[in-house]
Amino acid sequence: MAPQGDPILEVRDLVKHFPLTQGIVMKRQIGAIKAVDGVSFDLRRGETLGVVGESGCGKSTLAKLLMALEKPTSGSVKVNGELVDVHKGSNLKRFRRNIQMVMQDPYTSLNPRMTVGDIIGEPYEIHTEVAPKGDRRKKVQDLLEVVGLNPDHINRYPHQFSGGQRQRIGIARGLALQPEIIICDEPVSALDVSIQAQVINLLERLQSEFGLAYIFIAHDLSVVRHISDRVAVMYLGKIVEIGKDTQIYDKPSHPYTQALLSAVPVPNPEGRESRERIILQGDPPSPANPPSGCRFRTRCWKAQEICAVEEPLLQIRPGTDHESACHFAEAHDVVHAS
Amino acid sequence: MKNPSVDTHLLPADSGTIGTEPLLAVDNLHVEFTTRQGVARAVNGVSYSLNAGETLAVLGESGSGKSVTAQAIMGILDMPPARIPKGEIRFRGTDLLQLSEAQRSQIRGQQIAMIFQDALSALNPVFTVGWQIAEMFRVHKGMSKKAAYAKAIELMDRVRIPAARQRVNDYPHQFSGGMRQRIMIAMSIALDPEVLIADEPTTALDVTVQAQIMELLAELQRESNMGLILITHDLGVVADVADKIAVMYGGRIVENAPVHDIYGNAAHPYTKGLLESIPRVDMKGQELYAIKGLPPNLLDMPTGCAFHPRCPFRQDNCVTDVPALHEISGTRSSACHYWREVLDGTAG
Ligand SMILES: Nc1ncnc2c1ncn2[C@@H]1O[C@H](COP(=O)(O)OP(=O)(O)OP(=O)(O)O)[C@@H](O)[C@H]1O
Ligand SMILES: Nc1ncnc2c1ncn2[C@@H]1O[C@H](COP(=O)(O)OP(=O)(O)O)[C@@H](O)[C@H]1O
Ligand code: SF4
Ligand code: SF4
Ligand SMILES: [Mg+2]
Ligand SMILES: [Mg+2]
Repeated sequence: MAPQGDPILEVRDLVKHFPLTQGIVMKRQIGAIKAVDGVSFDLRRGETLGVVGESGCGKSTLAKLLMALEKPTSGSVKVNGELVDVHKGSNLKRFRRNIQMVMQDPYTSLNPRMTVGDIIGEPYEIHTEVAPKGDRRKKVQDLLEVVGLNPDHINRYPHQFSGGQRQRIGIARGLALQPEIIICDEPVSALDVSIQAQVINLLERLQSEFGLAYIFIAHDLSVVRHISDRVAVMYLGKIVEIGKDTQIYDKPSHPYTQALLSAVPVPNPEGRESRERIILQGDPPSPANPPSGCRFRTRCWKAQEICAVEEPLLQIRPGTDHESACHFAEAHDVVHAS
Repeated sequence: MKNPSVDTHLLPADSGTIGTEPLLAVDNLHVEFTTRQGVARAVNGVSYSLNAGETLAVLGESGSGKSVTAQAIMGILDMPPARIPKGEIRFRGTDLLQLSEAQRSQIRGQQIAMIFQDALSALNPVFTVGWQIAEMFRVHKGMSKKAAYAKAIELMDRVRIPAARQRVNDYPHQFSGGMRQRIMIAMSIALDPEVLIADEPTTALDVTVQAQIMELLAELQRESNMGLILITHDLGVVADVADKIAVMYGGRIVENAPVHDIYGNAAHPYTKGLLESIPRVDMKGQELYAIKGLPPNLLDMPTGCAFHPRCPFRQDNCVTDVPALHEISGTRSSACHYWREVLDGTAG
């Protein structure tokens, strides 16, 4: 299904700072980890927004903020035009029904002492209106069927399933409340290569069947490209570039995106000697103490004086067709081997 | 070959070294573990070889026996529960499995070294990284403390730890994941090994850091001409750095091939399926090819060809007959009864 209509999710200037404290008895705040630091984007019905970036750049924190599992330091999240208020129980409950999450680790994210039926049906305990008690077993069996598992296995325990099957259980649970948005945080990275494609196909099928919108967080850039309509690239708590999949992958304009894409090994040995590669030096700086101006400047080969002084805004610049947070953004043609 | 067996045979040495023994040859290796549920046949006749200066990628999903094979080469398997019922591991023509533990420990670290997947747990948290690297030189080379520390700093420089002199007394937890992996690499190359086994050295790392580490390994390899066994499940990494590939499935080699031959031209249905399941730019919006079913259970291996429950090309005899590792050319082999048909696209 092609993404359509008004945004279903509107995120504005979202910030999450975790306090850094010192002292045991008298806790003093000595700073803050700026895990998410001013993130804005829209997501439309049926759309998939991929989120990529190095470890620690704030992807999972962003996911938790969207799920209202963490309270934002500032900023706002609107679902279907309605502001999510973490202090208002009724608002939060309705909102939680509409936005669900599939976690990275299928081995630890399911309670080992609950049957599959109880795990998938658990959301109905809170949202009793979705499935009255008598209907639950049938509903859970339908869900098992939808994700390609045997409905007769409803009374089995998680350890009786493989990693890929457990990820399907997690997906079934995410679908239980018929949400419009599903946040997938690394949904396939813990799975074997031969199983990843099965789960990606399932997610795509469910999207077109139920008109779901996805936030798809992953470090495998080729998987993200395959599934996403748009892609956001994060660096140290900020989106540095966002655009359609073709804009990001074929004409990246931010140096960080260019480096990230060139670091991805291409699964084809032809021409490997002559492939252009930008190898970034060092690690990302600490999010507790990000560089002034442009956060990428300590690893950027294009940095000028202005980069240390003035923070580049995420915007479209002359010569580029999508938003990029670089003073010197310029489209860079990428030649793909496949 | 001392252990002739129906299911595998010795691969000829690679072109360029015809007639001479490769630097390292694993030949029909079997490893099994006694567990409470029964005997787990983790490695069921693995054969691969490595020459100096060469990079062999060992590819396979988790549980396919990649690490157990590597541990057998290093001689670090706990026996029991592990047992090596048959096979040879020849280093410069000598079967390591026939050596005493004292002889093996001479080879371990000095001639054959290994980098582990999880650098954090492989480093000792209570000692500084400098001490741990220096220890290699003190134990194996009998160097003085001062000389060993000087060597440690030199090595940290060589693996590009910034400000090595200042950081030599830091503890492992004070380094990032990528830097810890560099320190592991520093320790593994300390004694100039001839063979380096890198077991998923970048799986836990970001692509940017992965690129740094792979570049470093390639550079160290160029400088010293060591043979590198790179264990990975990443088809991209393999395409980038490997000279040749050994694909493992269910504890066996299913395909051996030079890297340029295998991509786009697999001779085993499993390899073919893996390559086809990679998302391709021109396939956007289409369903990905997916190998159906699940990886095998070692305690209850399928009969005949271990891949048969998942194979789209399966024929009746696949269920009963174990395919031999058929030689396709001097440098290629496939453990499929129908490798010809798979190669020329007429299978199924
Ligand atoms: N509860 C917390 N308290 C303090 N710091 C936190 C907390 N949660 C996350 N952080 C920090 O916030 C930053 C962003 O973390 P986050 O988990 O969002 O990263 P990520 O992009 O998901 O990384 P990965 O790719 O490794 O999953 C990191 O520096 C992390 O250490
Ligand atoms: N000490 C052990 N006891 C029992 N089984 C083991 C032991 N070590 C490894 N195995 C089993 O051997 C098989 C191959 O493991 P391994 O070589 O680690 O796989 P991989 O290809 O992922 O590196 C797995 O099924 C694993 O569970
Ligand atoms: S703003 Fe400056 S430092 Fe930042 S990415 Fe652009 S050129 Fe590099
Ligand atoms: S031997 Fe048969 S089942 Fe095994 S891979 Fe070949 S065709 Fe498939
Ligand atoms: Mg995360
Ligand atoms: Mg392993």
